[in-house]
Amino acid sequence: MFTLSNCLILAAALFSIGVYGVVARRNILIMLMSVELMLNAANLALVSFGRYYWPRGDHAGQVFVMLAIAVAAAEAAVGLAILLAYFRNRESADSGAMGLLKG
Amino acid sequence: MTIVDILFLLAAIASVVGAVQVVSQRNPVYSALGLIASLVSMAIIFLLLHAPFLAVIQVAVYAGAIVVLFLFVIMLLNLKPEDLGKDPDPPVRRRVALGSLALFILLGINLARAGLGAQPFAEEQVDPTYGSTAAVGEALMTGYVLPFEVTSILVIVAIVGAVVMAKRKL
Repeated sequence: MFTLSNCLILAAALFSIGVYGVVARRNILIMLMSVELMLNAANLALVSFGRYYWPRGDHAGQVFVMLAIAVAAAEAAVGLAILLAYFRNRESADSGAMGLLKG
Repeated sequence: MTIVDILFLLAAIASVVGAVQVVSQRNPVYSALGLIASLVSMAIIFLLLHAPFLAVIQVAVYAGAIVVLFLFVIMLLNLKPEDLGKDPDPPVRRRVALGSLALFILLGINLARAGLGAQPFAEEQVDPTYGSTAAVGEALMTGYVLPFEVTSILVIVAIVGAVVMAKRKL
């Protein structure tokens, strides 16, 4: 039940849900949250691989996940700052209205 | 089924339900609440995987800082219903859902073919200190000190970038 393959299947499910959120939604806030979901699914896969294959080796999987969480925090901060700048100019959080650079 | 299996099953169901809430809710506040549910249940799974330090970091940084940042921005923007973004039509969304379902099935088939870890995690092989704060901290400060320092540069760049992007006048 609590096996490596089930953990990886859970990670795959969360990743697929995140992909759906990024592609099918037009609200930039929800798209950013879906990106966080996808990063989190990758973190789960890394931790379970580390636990399964190196239960007494080094902590490569967990260290990598710590760094990935730092990257996720930085990504959220920059993404939300871009959203603020965008909202100030366009009064909307609709990614479908982003067409200024379209040729 | 042991107690660990039951906990894993409950946490897995809760995280998937939370994730579905994130992508299906119209109001971003409800999406943020679903994200908290998903992240906290993921922290429970981290605990079961002998990663207590990561579980605490997950709750403190993800559910504590990132989601609160999202909620701050949601309240700062104070979006009206018509500003929330026009989602694609239901047929298009159904096709995207089928596509992500196909992605999930493809990943599942490949995982089954790879034959990774069908047997449960071996509890007796685990080092008692595995995943503890001391062990992870020592790994961060010895073998992985270069990635750690590079991440600190990345965080500084992100802070400067966020301040510059959110400033009223450049």
